[in-house]
Amino acid sequence: MSDVQTQIPVTVLTGYLGAGKTTLLNRILSENHGKRYAVIVNEFGEIGIDNELIVESDEEIYEMNNGCVCCTVRGDLIRVVEGLMRRPGRFDAIVVETTGLADPVPVAQTFFMDDDVRSKTRLDAVVALVDAKHLPLRLTDSREAEDQIAFADVVVLNKTDLVTPEELSKVEATIRAINPAARIHRTTRAGVALGEVLDRGAFDLSRALENDPHFLESHDGHDHHHHDHDGHDHHHHAHASDIHDVTVQSVSLRGGELDPKKFFPWIEKITQMEGPNILRLKGILAFKGDDERYVIQGVHMIIEGDHQRAWKDGEKHESRLVFIGRELDAERLRKSFEACQAAA
Amino acid sequence: MPTVAPLDLEGHCVAAVFLGDVPHFALADGAIHRLDHGHKTVQANDGLLAAFHDVANDRLITGGEDGKVFAVTAGGNATELATAGKKWITSVAAGPQGAVAYASGKTAFVRFADGKIREFAHPRSVEGLAFSPKGMRFGVARYNGATLHFPAAEGKPVELEWAGAHTGITFSPDGAFLVTTMQENALHGWKLADGKHMRMSGYPGKVKSLSWAPKGKWLASSGAPAAIVWPFSGKDGPMGKAPLELGTRGNAMVTVVACHPSQDVVAVGYDDGMVMAVRFADAKEVLLRRPGKGAITSMMWDRQERRVAFGSAVGDCGVIDISA
Repeated sequence: MSDVQTQIPVTVLTGYLGAGKTTLLNRILSENHGKRYAVIVNEFGEIGIDNELIVESDEEIYEMNNGCVCCTVRGDLIRVVEGLMRRPGRFDAIVVETTGLADPVPVAQTFFMDDDVRSKTRLDAVVALVDAKHLPLRLTDSREAEDQIAFADVVVLNKTDLVTPEELSKVEATIRAINPAARIHRTTRAGVALGEVLDRGAFDLSRALENDPHFLESHDGHDHHHHDHDGHDHHHHAHASDIHDVTVQSVSLRGGELDPKKFFPWIEKITQMEGPNILRLKGILAFKGDDERYVIQGVHMIIEGDHQRAWKDGEKHESRLVFIGRELDAERLRKSFEACQAAA
Repeated sequence: MPTVAPLDLEGHCVAAVFLGDVPHFALADGAIHRLDHGHKTVQANDGLLAAFHDVANDRLITGGEDGKVFAVTAGGNATELATAGKKWITSVAAGPQGAVAYASGKTAFVRFADGKIREFAHPRSVEGLAFSPKGMRFGVARYNGATLHFPAAEGKPVELEWAGAHTGITFSPDGAFLVTTMQENALHGWKLADGKHMRMSGYPGKVKSLSWAPKGKWLASSGAPAAIVWPFSGKDGPMGKAPLELGTRGNAMVTVVACHPSQDVVAVGYDDGMVMAVRFADAKEVLLRRPGKGAITSMMWDRQERRVAFGSAVGDCGVIDISA
């Protein structure tokens, strides 16, 4: 008994200690943007704002179904969201701040796997705050920093004033190498326009990818380059970063019109078998004989797809798909994807 | 024909109970409404999350977003029993000798009748709380099992392990069995004498409501299009036996079950607001309330076994009189 109109959007904020999460949260809570946010934090600590809608919650990773990584959820969020949603009308949206070392996957999966949470809320976007100066070090000493970037829809590359233009370009190239599908915003003091991090609809299939003109370097007439994209590296193929210790890779696939009878069994098999290795997958697909674009997105083994809109006149009917994960067999993915192409 | 006296409120009803034979409705905003020669209200928590009916003391224990625990008694008295800081109180329970348990994060607290408070720290969040009907013992539902504490004595707690997240907990009325609800669509049980496991699964949804039939012979549960009622009269509980499926509907899910105080009859509340009474022996159904505006969230029979108080997720509450 729910529909999109009544589902409360949830933004997940990840990032290491010192990356600027608290600064961004304080802006979300204090700026005059006409919306009220409930904020779920791990510690009240640094938020200098008194607000009854700031809820402190202990991060609880719950494994289900015998501990498969694809079935982990944040148990505390289920409880807090259920409590908050019993009194709707107090807020318009929810922001979840994760701890610095948090794995973003269980947070996101909670919004897909728990029926109660899913019926009342929808995941809007995962936003990763990244400290431009310390990212290279973080990447060498932890896997979480990489996961947070790999999993993000939006990356706020913060504290850019603390690095040289060359360092900044290199850091941005690293982020691109980990996650070619995310939008990157360069900022100081987390000074990103709030509209770029809130209400993004990144998991909303009708909006996903539509508001991301850069998605796998699609050239469909939009031009939303807000930033200097020096060092912005386009990856046509599987790319294991040249940066030492980066273990996440992305596999970008492109093709023409697909045969749905081949594609759906294929994607199902891939996500079943490779699910634990796939952090995110996103795609815009063209099916032969289908007048509408099909969009698909996934988290580990969870996969969702739907028709998005009619193909525009003159728009090229092509399919683009990106897998972000670890230990992906790029060659096998590419070959098996090619086998899904519709006969000419 | 049963008659319904409606009480249309605004908001999610956390608990519908009788206190001193007066129906009380505790809403999520912390207001406790009652029908006591007219509609009256008293304020408890600022944000009410959990409630437990303390039968022995005829009071409602509540916990909330304000980190406080209240005791509400008939006549409109809401007394603050304890406060645990800024964190939410997510679970409350009442036990023997006026003891009250409450949970905040990873800590369970027991407040004894004399006001003394004991803390029980856990490595993981305390999800659910229940006192055993016998002795001063309480159980905590937690990740990967349950923990039993003896708050009046020193000594180590008893750990009961079962993989997965356990969210709610109840003891059988004779204290022989412990049953938890899980994040997965299942119940888990332990026979306390020997630690034997009982798996009760096959639910299409999460089980959020449990109710023991008189003398603990049956355990009724929600989480399916019917009330799933497990037999607990044998020494090994429901193992190897099929449950009853009562009040089956094709288009609605059971959200609340409340067993009759003395007969083998269960009041069944559904997600469309309908309420039925169903007899175990022959599965005979009686419609008590037609579908309403929201899912039934709480129900209780009165001591005279004549009325059922019910609450809903959107506030259309009321009292069903079956004697009319």
